[in-house]
Amino acid sequence: MTAGATEPDSWLERLPLIARDLVTGRLPGPWRWIAESLIAIAVVFAVFGLLFAFLTLAERKVLGRIQNRPGPNRAGWGGILQPFADGIKMLTKEDIVPRTADPVLHFLAPVALVCFSLLSLAVIPYGRHLAPLDLDSGVLYFFAAGASSELAVFMAGWAGRNKYSLLAAMRALAQLISYELPLLLSLVPVVMLAGTLSPSGIVAAQSGWSAGFIPHWHILTPWGFAGFAIFMVAALAEANRSPFDLPEAESELIAGHLTEYSGFKYALFFMAEYFAMCALSGMAVTLFLGGWHAPAAALQFIPSYAWFAIKILVLLLGFIWIRATLPRLRIDQLMRLAWKFLLPLALINLLTAAFWHLSAGWGAGAQPLRWGLGLAFVAIPFFIIGRRLSSGLGPRTYRYAAP
Amino acid sequence: MNTLQLCLVLSGLIFGIGLAAALARSSAILVLLGVELMLNAANLNFIAFWRFGPAPEAGTGVLFVLFAIAVAAAEAAVGLALVIALYRHQRNIRLQDATRLKG
Amino acid sequence: MNVVPLILGIVILASAGTALSLQNIVRSVLLLVLSWFGIAAFYLWAGAEFAAFAQALVYGGAVSMVVLFAVLLTRRGHLDTAVPPPPPGRLLGALLAGGAVAGVIAATVIRTPFASSSDEIPVLAVRRLGTLLMGPHAAALLVTGVLLTAALLGAVVIAAGAKDDKEGAP
Repeated sequence: MTAGATEPDSWLERLPLIARDLVTGRLPGPWRWIAESLIAIAVVFAVFGLLFAFLTLAERKVLGRIQNRPGPNRAGWGGILQPFADGIKMLTKEDIVPRTADPVLHFLAPVALVCFSLLSLAVIPYGRHLAPLDLDSGVLYFFAAGASSELAVFMAGWAGRNKYSLLAAMRALAQLISYELPLLLSLVPVVMLAGTLSPSGIVAAQSGWSAGFIPHWHILTPWGFAGFAIFMVAALAEANRSPFDLPEAESELIAGHLTEYSGFKYALFFMAEYFAMCALSGMAVTLFLGGWHAPAAALQFIPSYAWFAIKILVLLLGFIWIRATLPRLRIDQLMRLAWKFLLPLALINLLTAAFWHLSAGWGAGAQPLRWGLGLAFVAIPFFIIGRRLSSGLGPRTYRYAAP
Repeated sequence: MNTLQLCLVLSGLIFGIGLAAALARSSAILVLLGVELMLNAANLNFIAFWRFGPAPEAGTGVLFVLFAIAVAAAEAAVGLALVIALYRHQRNIRLQDATRLKG
Repeated sequence: MNVVPLILGIVILASAGTALSLQNIVRSVLLLVLSWFGIAAFYLWAGAEFAAFAQALVYGGAVSMVVLFAVLLTRRGHLDTAVPPPPPGRLLGALLAGGAVAGVIAATVIRTPFASSSDEIPVLAVRRLGTLLMGPHAAALLVTGVLLTAALLGAVVIAAGAKDDKEGAP
């Protein structure tokens, strides 16, 4: 567990530690370490499991409200028990395994996917004293776990012995590996400027406030804003969320790589997708939004894990809002966005961050120049590359039927 | 036999398996996988010597392994591109059939 | 301390051995990926965290995808993933060669009196790796970058084929 900061820790901050010590306080040496680890694992499971359940409900309600309808409101008061009703339905559905399918791979694919998504949740610092695992190269571990989950997508598509699900799995894999690159490149400036690959180190590098109410989060710098935007677009694609949800859209290749799955295994795939979404949002909060730091020095009485929860919920609601609003991208549009737009912008962002770091010593009078140059380095390539990519797609003209 | 010798024997065995696979199998992809396994065995050797060697803070073992992983990945990509090009010519990837340059 | 590399070694050897002797090429590749993860776990036990995560990311997350795509693009029929086993003469020769090399290595290693190993796990901070890469080994880093760029451009050119190639992709 990470060490405390210089501010005095209120009892509210230390509440999880106090609770944990109550349980494990009486155990001797190595048993204590094992018990603490098991408690951390159980708490992560419980919190993210419940978050997954209520996120499915929130998604359906928010989607419904944006589409001017109430969303599910029958189960329980206002629909609050809907996730549990869904869970019971999924558990009691028949689990169909096609006769010519590969039974081992068919079983392993959803299990492996959920495992890797859960593994990536282990390094995110949820609060000042609440990082389950504090690795020196934690960010690399996070993306290694995420990249390994692509194998499970292939296993799912292959196991069904169905050429449609195989083709859809190949498309899903192509999407996942194309968006790995902007995802990883957009966080290289963060690592470069924070000087460490450890998530708690990156959070610590964003501490402090200017004038008491402007935090030093990375998103409030030009390169950080561009990096955050690229990271979120790539995270949408990595989690197979709209507008990049071609792999699981019902109108494309039946259900994509999930065609041959039913019942609880189908539910496991969606659980893995939501865990991946939560993990990527958590990492975005850690890298760009200051982790568990409060936005103003005066607001520090609210405990750090509450701030982390607020930030991650804002990002998850952003994911849901984007799903409700934007249409789906075709596979070639998707690929073009990754390779011809996000990748050059991420590389240029690296240069912008280098400039920002090298000009950190400029005096107070040169600050407007520094900001102006930084914003120019971010905005000008965006407009140039964006214009060039959407050339030929002119302004929309409407042709009405002749009277 | 101390732990270092155990790790070195292990990496030797993995190398032997990779070599046998590269010599025995007739599918180009399996031969490439055998070669990859041999490279991994060599990396294992480096890490074993770094772990039990005199100056681990020098980091030379880990650095060599990082470069070896990068180069092995590039070699896998080029090898598999060659496999695809081979398939385009002879519609299968059996190495016994790739005899056009022979004699 | 001694039992962890033994268990990992058994896992790696078993999965690699099974992988390279199966007839179903997709299962071969997936089992080999398991052995790569086993090697990453070995690096983690040895204390080389960065190398372990790099191995998992590069091999498990990228090389496996390239191999699987190559398998899928070089099939004759939809379900043609069977690779015939090698003829017995060739198999015996290969096993003898592999066994001989492994035997020579093992014999040499067991006979050499290595100094007794230190018991504490070395710690190599990522920052130290970074300074080493950018300092004394910067030339190697740049050469590797150029090599990777050249290799991948070449791979794309070879795999894409000539423009007037009439072969349709399967």
